[in-house]
Amino acid sequence: MKITLPFTLEARESVKIGDVLELTGDIYTARDAAHGRIQEAVEKGEPLPIDLKGKTIFYCGPCPAGPGRVIGPLGPTTSARMDPYMEMMFQQGMAACIGKGDRAPYVAELCRKYKGVYLLGVGGAAALCANSVKEVEELAYPDLGTESIKRYYVEGFKVVVGIDTQGRSIQEVNIPKYRRC
Amino acid sequence: MFAMRIINTQEVIPVIRKLCIQACQHLSANVTNALKDARTQEESPLCQEILELLIENAEYADKNNLACCQDTGMTLIFMEIGQEVCWEGQPLSEAVDEGVRQGYRDGYLRKSVVADPIRRTNTGDNTPAVLYTEIVPGDQVTITVLPKGAGSENMCHVSMLTPADGTAGIKKAVLEAVDRAGGKPCPPLVIGIGLGGTMDKAAVLSKKALRRDIGERNKVPHLAELEKELLEEINKTGIGALGMGGTVTALDVHIEGYPTHIACLPLAITFQCHAYRHAQAVL
Repeated sequence: MKITLPFTLEARESVKIGDVLELTGDIYTARDAAHGRIQEAVEKGEPLPIDLKGKTIFYCGPCPAGPGRVIGPLGPTTSARMDPYMEMMFQQGMAACIGKGDRAPYVAELCRKYKGVYLLGVGGAAALCANSVKEVEELAYPDLGTESIKRYYVEGFKVVVGIDTQGRSIQEVNIPKYRRC
Repeated sequence: MFAMRIINTQEVIPVIRKLCIQACQHLSANVTNALKDARTQEESPLCQEILELLIENAEYADKNNLACCQDTGMTLIFMEIGQEVCWEGQPLSEAVDEGVRQGYRDGYLRKSVVADPIRRTNTGDNTPAVLYTEIVPGDQVTITVLPKGAGSENMCHVSMLTPADGTAGIKKAVLEAVDRAGGKPCPPLVIGIGLGGTMDKAAVLSKKALRRDIGERNKVPHLAELEKELLEEINKTGIGALGMGGTVTALDVHIEGYPTHIACLPLAITFQCHAYRHAQAVL
């Protein structure tokens, strides 16, 4: 299914766990350190480095770009480390996030409450994944190196819906189907 | 009286540089073949699709000299140093770090190391490495570079089991750790297990277990048997590729054993993602 970003409420409500999506548009990288700084800014009432309203956040720290490339290999990092920041990010307007791996049970509930979706990138397919990124702009926290906030313009960026707006998670539904112990 | 072999530590720099790049950019045929076998065995269509992408990614990274995964890890280096070797030049650990520095710079690999676990400022060059040296017979130096990603590292686990726990206790602890980890460590996994020794010894053995090829069994028959049984049981958990639900959760289980205390049964589990990267050279 092709999705043009920003990820509208209507589009978010139309996808369900297990759907394979191809995203086109802007996504924004933020992982551990950037989330920590955003949280701090929110607590102190300081302006945020980017407006999070309607944004799709990508938990990602890329490799540096080699000659002739806009960006190096990149892919999702383990999302569970961002669980504690999830409600704050939704409150700031985040629409969706991309990462890998299962999350704490309360994240599914937050996705239902804020009508947000959690998308699974293909962890470890970093060389191919970089090909979907057509444009890169560093927006904030350049001192964090690979962890800075960057805007990627992506075309046909492949993800799987991990948690949908009804709060269903792919792991909870799919793993029991194949479990034999 | 026998002659010592004198090696200048400078000689390890280009070797480590090259091994870092090789390990991160070029998955071995052993690994890509294991992923192809996994695709054949996998019953979930979604996981089949994921495995297909991972195979395609490995081939693309190999052909284009790109890191196959963006997490090019903290660099674990094992050096088995023949006792007839005598080093000259700068300190060995500095030469090792220089090799890592050059490899991560020239291979366009990610710099993922922070200088202090609490203050967390990136060192900017992926140094220092985690270096393990061991003195062995002979006059050669075997260097293994193992870039260790953190998604899988964060799932590692140590259990100080008791003798009464035995094989059943080992299996229970491993399966619980695999279930707890779910999709976070990027399955299909290679699980390294250290059994015996002390807590620290078991932990290092669980890393050393990751130098082995997929499919290569422990030479001790009952440990080889336990590897096979664990692999079978792990693949019944239903976790599947990247935790999306499927029948292949691990590519292999490697156990390394060591004598232990009459009161102890230390068990260390290292999770390794499907980017099963390691490269070796002999000086």
